[in-house]
Amino acid sequence: MPKVTFIEFDGTAHEVDVPAGGSVMEAAVSNNVPGIDADCGGACACATCHVFVNEAWMDKVGERGDMEQSMLDFAENVRSTSRLSCQIVLTDELDGLVVDMPEAQH
Amino acid sequence: MSQAAAIDQQRVTDTQNAEAWRDPWSLPLESLDPARAILFKENVHEEYFRRLRQEDPVHYTAESEFGAYWSITKYNDIVAVDSNHKIFSSHKNIVVGDAPDEFYSPMFIAQDPPIHDVQRRAAQPAVAPTQLADLEALIRQRVCSILDDLPVGVEFNWVDRVSIELTTQMLATLFDFPFEDRHLLPYWSDVATATPSTGRSDVTFEERNKVLQECLNYFGQLWHQRKNEPRKFDFISLLAHDPETKDMLDNPMEFLGNLILLIVGGNDTTRNSISGGVIQLSRAPEQWEKLKANPALVPNMVSEIIRYQTPLAHMRRTALEDIEFQGKQIKKGDRVVMWYISGNRDEEVIDEADKFKVDRENARRHVSFGFGIHRCMGNRVAEMQLRILWEEILNRFERIEVVGEPERVLSNFVLGYTRLPVVLHAK
Ligand code: HEM
Ligand code: FES
Repeated sequence: MPKVTFIEFDGTAHEVDVPAGGSVMEAAVSNNVPGIDADCGGACACATCHVFVNEAWMDKVGERGDMEQSMLDFAENVRSTSRLSCQIVLTDELDGLVVDMPEAQH
Repeated sequence: MSQAAAIDQQRVTDTQNAEAWRDPWSLPLESLDPARAILFKENVHEEYFRRLRQEDPVHYTAESEFGAYWSITKYNDIVAVDSNHKIFSSHKNIVVGDAPDEFYSPMFIAQDPPIHDVQRRAAQPAVAPTQLADLEALIRQRVCSILDDLPVGVEFNWVDRVSIELTTQMLATLFDFPFEDRHLLPYWSDVATATPSTGRSDVTFEERNKVLQECLNYFGQLWHQRKNEPRKFDFISLLAHDPETKDMLDNPMEFLGNLILLIVGGNDTTRNSISGGVIQLSRAPEQWEKLKANPALVPNMVSEIIRYQTPLAHMRRTALEDIEFQGKQIKKGDRVVMWYISGNRDEEVIDEADKFKVDRENARRHVSFGFGIHRCMGNRVAEMQLRILWEEILNRFERIEVVGEPERVLSNFVLGYTRLPVVLHAK
C-alpha cells in the first residue's frame, strides 16, 4: 500500500495509506483530507483537485495528459509542479509521495 | 338518476381523473411517468420525485410519449451513472426523447470519448478563470447599466429586462458576437430547445431547421473572419484555430450542433438561475435579511440558488451493455434519465433539502452541473455572472418584491420562467 503525504496550505500534514491503482485525489477524499474538492469525481473536468507535486517526485509522477494540461487553465496559481490529482494513478513506485495543496480550489 | 344527471356525474369523475396526475401519491407506482413536461410547468414534479426516491429510486416507465425509460432519482446513483461513461453513453441523445435522425446534429455534449474530449478541449479556454478575470470588469459594467435602467416602484417582467438581457450580453461576449445583433442568440437558443423531444412542441422540426440554417450561415461568416485573424479567446476563434476542430465547418451539422451546445448551454441555464434567485429570496424573507446583513455570503448563495433551481432537470444516457443497477436489470439500449432536480432534493445527502438557505454548509455539493467527463464546462462563468449580479443588487435595492405568480416553462429539461412580475424598492 503506497503512502501519500498531503500538506495543507497552512502546513498541516496528512499521511495516508492507500491501495495502489486508485488516484491521488481518491486517496485524499476517501481519507477525509481537507482541501481537495473534486467536483467532477475524477473525470478531469473541474480542476478542483489541484496539487503541487514535491520536486523530488516530479520524474516518477510523469507527464500531464492533454486534457489535464487544458484543464489546468481552470486552476489558480498554477506552477510547473502543478497536477490534477485525479490524473495521478498511485503505484508502488509512488510509495512516499508528497504533495502540497493550494490555498483554495475555487 | 336522470340522463342529464348521469352525464354531469360522468363529467365530475372525468375531471377528477383528468386531474389525478397532479397528485402522484394517488396513482399506481408503476404508472408514474415523471417526464411529462406539464408536471414541471405546473410545478407538481417535486412530489413525483419524492415518491420515487422513497419507494422506487430506480424506476422504470414502460410507456411514455418518449418511449420506455429509467429514472435515476437519488443523488449517489446519479453520481454513479454520470461517472460511468463507458456503460452509460451520451451518444447521440442527452434528453429523454430521441431527435429524429434527419435532424441529427452532433455536438460534444452528446458524444463519448475521444470525440468529446478533443472538442471540449478546443472550446474550453474561452471560459477558463484567467480569461474570466479579464471579462469581470466588463460584465460588472453591463450588470450595473442594466440595473441602473430599471424602474423603481413600478411593476415589470424581471425575466425580460434582467435575466434574458444579462445572459444574452454574457453570451455575446463569449462568442465575441456583434453586440447589436445579440438578440439573435436567445432566439436561436429558444428555437433549438423548443423541440418535441423535451415535451416543448411549439416549433416543428422543419421550422426549427430553417431558423437554425440562418444561425449556421451567420456563424459561418464569423468563422471565416476569425480564421483569417490571429487566435483569440472567443468560442469561434478557438474552434477555428484548434488543430482538432479547424475543419469543423466542412461538416455543417457538426458545426451547428456545437454552436447550439455553446449557445443553449449558457442561455436558459444562467437566465433561469437569475430569475430563480429572485423567487427563492422573495419566498424566504429571513434569508434575504441574512444576506443583507452579510453580503460576503453571496458566493455561497450563488451555489445554493443553482442547486435549488436546478436549471436543467435531467440528462439522459443510453446503456451500452446490460447492467444490474441497484437491483434492477437495465438492458443494453435502454434510456437512463438522471433527474438532477431529484438528486438535489435528496435528504440522505442534503440536509433540509427543500429549504433554500443562503448560508448552507457545503452549498457546492449539488448535481446541477452534472458529474464526470461532461460536467458543465461553463460553471465558473455562470457563477461569476450571478455573483456580480447579486453584489450589485445589494448595492442598490432594499428589496425585490415578486408581485404575481411566476409563469413556468413547459419542458421536462429546462426548468425556468417566462414571466416574473416584480417591483423594486430603492435603498
Ligand atoms: C447555472 C448555469 C448552468 C447550469 C446549471 C449548467 C448545467 C449543465 C449540465 C447539467 C451539464 C451536463 C453535465 C453532465 O452531463 O454531467 C452541462 C454541460 C455543459 N455546459 Fe453547462 N450549465 C450552466 C451554464 C453554462 C454556461 C454559462 C456555459 C457556457 C457558455 C455552459 C456550457 C456547457 C457545455 C459546453 C457543456 C457540455 C460539457 C461536456 O459535454 O463536456 N454551461 N451544463
Ligand atoms: S476531480 Fe475534477 S479534475 Fe480532478
